[in-house]
Amino acid sequence: MQGIGPAICLGNDIDTDLIIAGRYLRTKDRSVWAEHAFEDLDPALAGRLRGAVIVAGRNMGCGSSREQAVVALREAGVAGVVAESFARIFFRNAVNVGLPVIEASVACTDGARVAFDLDAGWVEVNGKRYPARPLSERMVAILRAGGLVPYWRSWR
Amino acid sequence: MRTLSERILGAPAGEYVDREVDIAFAHDGTGVLAREALREMGVERLPHPERLRLIFDHIVPANTGMTATLQAELREYARASGIELSDAGGGICHQVMSEGTIRPGMVVVGADSHTCTLGAFGAFATGMGATDMAAVWASGATWFRVPETIAVNLAGRLSGAAEPKDLALAYVANLGMEGATYRALEFVGDGAAGISMDGRLTLSNMAVETGAKTGMFYADPVTVRYLAEHGATVSPQAPEDCRYERTVDIDLDDIVPLVAVPHRVDTVREAEEVAGTHLDQVFVGTCTNGRYEDLARFARIVRGRKVAVRTVVVPASRAVLARAIATGVLADIVDAGCMVAPPGCGPCLGAHAGVLGEGEVCLSTANRNFKNRMGVGGEIYLSSVATAAASAITGVITVPEVV
Repeated sequence: MQGIGPAICLGNDIDTDLIIAGRYLRTKDRSVWAEHAFEDLDPALAGRLRGAVIVAGRNMGCGSSREQAVVALREAGVAGVVAESFARIFFRNAVNVGLPVIEASVACTDGARVAFDLDAGWVEVNGKRYPARPLSERMVAILRAGGLVPYWRSWR
Repeated sequence: MRTLSERILGAPAGEYVDREVDIAFAHDGTGVLAREALREMGVERLPHPERLRLIFDHIVPANTGMTATLQAELREYARASGIELSDAGGGICHQVMSEGTIRPGMVVVGADSHTCTLGAFGAFATGMGATDMAAVWASGATWFRVPETIAVNLAGRLSGAAEPKDLALAYVANLGMEGATYRALEFVGDGAAGISMDGRLTLSNMAVETGAKTGMFYADPVTVRYLAEHGATVSPQAPEDCRYERTVDIDLDDIVPLVAVPHRVDTVREAEEVAGTHLDQVFVGTCTNGRYEDLARFARIVRGRKVAVRTVVVPASRAVLARAIATGVLADIVDAGCMVAPPGCGPCLGAHAGVLGEGEVCLSTANRNFKNRMGVGGEIYLSSVATAAASAITGVITVPEVV
């Protein structure tokens, strides 16, 4: 599983309230979450997400278990999320909705060209290669299927 | 020679296991998404509806027509599929589950990050997302990575105006916001025995603020007595001489009133240091501090006085509310000039019932003070119930007196 895109660099401890605020949760319209992603962090960010790779620091996606956070990023067209470390519910949610998540410690500048290969276990930023922590077999299988729903359907 | 997580999940730390769950619950927010995922999975019949609960707590009663419609659909699904529903007004999912449903040794999953609260019973209780929950609805089981465990070793006794919430803020500050990511916490040591069930629920509740999967107490006579009062007969759990990844020692006698300042739950100061901070709102409630003991403690301090700032009090469940009415605690709270909102999450997640305006400052007994969580431009300080009560009376952050 591979991806490529320009980097959007974020800091440590980006919580799921910042990714999608509580006031936007009560809908089934996924485009609403994509439209308001990161609104309280930087209202201009949502417009830059399509095709981008988010590169965060430590504890990415901490806080609420709200799955709208990972759905917002997927619906906005984010190619993948690289972080030094992830909060565990966010990490599992991302895999479950088919959003690639890559645990790696990289040096990042906004707009840098980021490429990743989950199977081979690396991330490249402007051509410099960093090792990525491998995912469990089951997580790889779920991601490869496109998320837990398609994984379930194929498995049954 | 196993940790409590290893015993309950039946495998050593680091292994992946598939486990049947004993109880799985979702709320009005995550339940909607789980229902959607289940539909997409093409699952029609649930194999174990008796293990499942839907508990409406996040926005109750509904704040908009859209919210009401989503809740109506989920209510109808619960009826059609045989899932037991705790409807609006019943209380917060974790509190409702703590009133006799969760027992020591159970495997419990909830589609809410604060499901770790129920580790206070010696259960393996952890939060998950909505699609994972849909898979649990469809199969009655899920997978776990058995966590390593960090021991929080408690010595001594809380004294003065300090309460379990101050201890919770102390261990969160000690571990930091990601200090226990992917780990379980076990609260052990002689100091644990002296903490009430309500206090243990407060401590386990904040485990996720350190990144932990769950925060567990071994079931002991306190647990057995509490559950007996709620109609359940259980046995204590004897700790084994196990290996922890590390141990954090906390002396309860050293704990003083603490406050987490904006916008991180692990930036904790002594209440003394931030005393005098102007407040626009005080909020008492949530899955951290909306239990009966909390309301009773609050009432003891505000009884016969008037609050100087708008104060929202939200009982964690209908049972808590009923008991507060029966004992006169609620009358004291209302007479002091507080607003009382229906049992549920209240304004904690910034959706209704006390949202902050730009520049407003709230002292809250909740567990999260993330930027903008209770309203754009609002600032959140987190404290104990006693600090919230003393501060409500003065209108500024105030160190509580020893009552």
